[in-house]
Amino acid sequence: MLKEYLRIDKIEGPLIFLKGINEAKYGEIIEISVEGQRRLGKVIKIDAHMVVAQVFEGTSGMSTVNSSVRFTGQPLTIGLSKDILGRMFNGVGEPIDGGGPIFASQRYNINSRPINPVARQYPRNFIETGISTIDTLFTLIRGQKLPIFSGNGLTHKELAAQIVSQAKIASESEQKFAVCFVAIGITKDDGAYFVERFEESGTINNVVMFMNYADDPVTERLSIPKCALTAAEYLAFEADMHILVVMTDMTSYCEALREIASAKEEVPSRKGYPGYLYSDLAFIYERAGMLKTKNGSITFLPILTMPNDDITHPIPDLTGYITEGQIVLSRELSNKDFNPPINVMPSLSRLMKDGIGEGFTREDHPDLANQLFSSYSKVLDIRSLAQIIGEADLSDIDKHYMTFGKRFEEEFVSQGFSTRRTIEESLNLGWELLGELPPEALDRLNDELIRKYYRRK
Amino acid sequence: MKANEGKIIYINGPVIKGSQMEEFKMREMVLVGEDKLIAEVISIDDAIGTIQVYEETEGIELGETVYGLGVPLSLKLGPGLIGSIFDGIGRPLERIDQMNADFIPNGIGLLSIDLDKKWDVAFKPSLGDVLAAGDIYATILESGLVEHRLMMPPALSGTVAFIAENGSHGANEVVMKITDAFGITHDIRMYQEWPVRKARPSKHRMKISKPLVTGQRVFDCFFPIAKGGTAAIPGGFGTGKTMTQHQLAKWSDADIIVYIGCGERGNEMTDVLEEFPKLIDPKSGKAIMERTVLIANTSNMPVAAREASIYTGITIAEYYRDMGYHVAIMADSTSRWAEALREISGRLEEMPAEEGYPAYLPYRLAEFYERAGYVTTLNDQEGSITVIGAVSPAGGDFSEPVTENTKRYVNAFLALDRKLAYSRHYPAINWLTSYSGYVKMLGDWYVTNVGEDALVMRNNAMKLLQEESKLLDIVQLVGEDVLPDSQRLVLEISRILKTGILQQNAFHKDDSFVPIAKQFSMLKVVLHLYDRAKACSELGIQISRIKDTELFERVVKMKYSIPNDYKETIDALIRDIDGYYDALMSEYE
Repeated sequence: MLKEYLRIDKIEGPLIFLKGINEAKYGEIIEISVEGQRRLGKVIKIDAHMVVAQVFEGTSGMSTVNSSVRFTGQPLTIGLSKDILGRMFNGVGEPIDGGGPIFASQRYNINSRPINPVARQYPRNFIETGISTIDTLFTLIRGQKLPIFSGNGLTHKELAAQIVSQAKIASESEQKFAVCFVAIGITKDDGAYFVERFEESGTINNVVMFMNYADDPVTERLSIPKCALTAAEYLAFEADMHILVVMTDMTSYCEALREIASAKEEVPSRKGYPGYLYSDLAFIYERAGMLKTKNGSITFLPILTMPNDDITHPIPDLTGYITEGQIVLSRELSNKDFNPPINVMPSLSRLMKDGIGEGFTREDHPDLANQLFSSYSKVLDIRSLAQIIGEADLSDIDKHYMTFGKRFEEEFVSQGFSTRRTIEESLNLGWELLGELPPEALDRLNDELIRKYYRRK
Repeated sequence: MKANEGKIIYINGPVIKGSQMEEFKMREMVLVGEDKLIAEVISIDDAIGTIQVYEETEGIELGETVYGLGVPLSLKLGPGLIGSIFDGIGRPLERIDQMNADFIPNGIGLLSIDLDKKWDVAFKPSLGDVLAAGDIYATILESGLVEHRLMMPPALSGTVAFIAENGSHGANEVVMKITDAFGITHDIRMYQEWPVRKARPSKHRMKISKPLVTGQRVFDCFFPIAKGGTAAIPGGFGTGKTMTQHQLAKWSDADIIVYIGCGERGNEMTDVLEEFPKLIDPKSGKAIMERTVLIANTSNMPVAAREASIYTGITIAEYYRDMGYHVAIMADSTSRWAEALREISGRLEEMPAEEGYPAYLPYRLAEFYERAGYVTTLNDQEGSITVIGAVSPAGGDFSEPVTENTKRYVNAFLALDRKLAYSRHYPAINWLTSYSGYVKMLGDWYVTNVGEDALVMRNNAMKLLQEESKLLDIVQLVGEDVLPDSQRLVLEISRILKTGILQQNAFHKDDSFVPIAKQFSMLKVVLHLYDRAKACSELGIQISRIKDTELFERVVKMKYSIPNDYKETIDALIRDIDGYYDALMSEYE
């Protein structure tokens, strides 16, 4: 088993090819010694007596003869204990903050087994983020996976930091709350921004960080989400904590996957991404959730930048099919300096239906959210009409809608990155805005709610 | 090395190749490696066999053994299916959870329904009776709603040589012995083993004649699905495919529901598991879980089992159809199944056709949808399978291969529309791009069971909506005010049709399910309002007078204000409409 192979037959990009191998396990970790320096790799294909492995630290400096390879027979594992909080790790789970190694009694396989749907607890607990649009219109639920679809240069960083510092994720009980922050291929400046915000909000000692910067090896981008989620699972399901996982940027992950796939000469499907992109992303996203037998939870907030702001691009498209909703940022709103620039129409939370309303938030919440959506969608229609016939020629009711739309964007959506509103405040603001509209325009609300909350301007 | 053992020489994700596999058969079930992972032979090239593995292959070693089982991937069909949840190859997830809490382990073997559980069985035949293939020989109360009918295997007939006493039996017991025409005696147990990829036989196909009543207005009134028919529900993410499928699973009047969560979210299956036992079926007063079988291959479960899950589901559906039940099968989503095909095909390095999908995609889709139908069973009863497949087109673009090919084999196409979903018009089924080929086939049923004018009303409503869409194009350019009153009236009535009829609130106690008679009464109210208003408009009365805000709002909100045992209140609404317009017309005469 512990044979050393002294010759590599082919090196291509991040992959190495070894011939004449008789014993190899699919997915096992190999240790490579390059002129005395240790690197890790993973077997990704076995074909007769040829083994293909990807090297996590990259292949630069390797030649066919200067490296030796040892098969460990083990999958990639990381050692975990509660001491990981406040620490920083690289893509294969090694500490990179100079704080010394983690002493762990147990090591965990980073490819955990899928959660049995029977064992899942359906998420129902509302998380107050203090952001009106999110709380009212696409409520975040503990144990949910809700991605932020952003574009290059949009303010997703600020939004994610705002959610982390404002979210009331822990319940009334004594349970602890921690953040697992995962950087995949982001710039050092962006990384520093997050660290700074965590320090400001005093959460830094409750954050476990996994960092892969833009110039770090591409192969590590593939293992970093898995390492981080294994850590999150440990904290949630063994240490009973509520974990919020913030992962940015999923687009870098998918690009790394594509790079490896094309190096393996696989048949590409859409835009060159491999056909298994959906399954691969699902292995990551589906690790969020809650279990009936455990008290902790994993709430997952992945961030991805849509190439060319295109929501139909395979990355946001497949993500949207797996995650439980999405928060979409809009360049148009951002250009108007509305912050956070959340595009209300395409944003959605699939789990909110069971976590809002009487007993959770307030009885008017579901219908009010529906009404705000439907009225705002009307506003957008009227705006396109106004562009053609001019605002002056609009009917009276349409003019009311225009006022409503303007206030909705300026007051409800654009609350700034440092304002925190309670759910009560957000709902009341929603009703105040609806006051701009005549009562007959409120077709999603019943008379009782209208009597109780509606005040015509 | 034995004839039924091969050696692993290639591993790439769920695809494995073995050598020395000359004697393996296509589609044979095999066990892989020390953990005995379940797998299936998908191609053979000389001595090299290619296998797709239904479990995670991490840790499989070069040179490990592949054991052939000699039979294709099969299911044990018997009592205990109803109310349970299975994975893609028919293993009960509840039992897996008892064996290994929370996460699904590897190498647990081919579990099936609990064969030791005792059931209270009532046998029908006596010694010496002659039974034909498919005949029902015993019944079991499987759940509060379903009587399980034990049947002769589809290929066996003969004389009863032994029959057990009525009472408590487990599925594994020999409860009957049959002597066939050649004098050979066969042991009959209370389960049947059936290969999932093979359709179960029936006597003959019958004509489509009955709708699957769903309690959803956009289906029953506008785009009906037939019992024994096929329907596709395509839609991009967030358009409400799963919500629509759940509504159909909850309320449609099938006897048995098979719900396949194919490559979808784990929490959705949990939602079903938590919600269905609490929901009460309006007809029987029992929980709808008591007629439901769930198949779950969530998106993070092995991809090869996703490919099999569709077949597992439809085989279970056929088994209940053979007992004489009407079964509806919901597959959410067939796109994930097609993607599983593509993924395996890619790993096999097959030449891709459109968008990387294999060239045999249309054939596989047809194979699946063709297992739907309204049939006479082997035991001369009527049974049906209705297939409703959700499709998740990439980027919401309906011109992609899965949607396009599905369209060729289904008769009803319910297109979900992102724009409607954005404005929270649910169900977001676009009435202009959807169609149902069953409207004509079910004409007689509607005349006998709803009323002479049912389809006339439907067509009139459709015409109004069509006209509205043309008018809206004009309104987009010049505004509503410039239209003549007759056309503005069309817009107003269409608005009522859209909010009052087409939109349906799944979370409202009365609106979640609406009896078909009430659906058409509601439609009648709207069309009656239109007729009266139109007559006034023709007299030259201004739209501002015709459109009485309060009256119109009452019509829009009748779905909430009129309970499902409604009769008088709907008549009262019609009287009020008449009263208002009579008064209005008399003013102008």
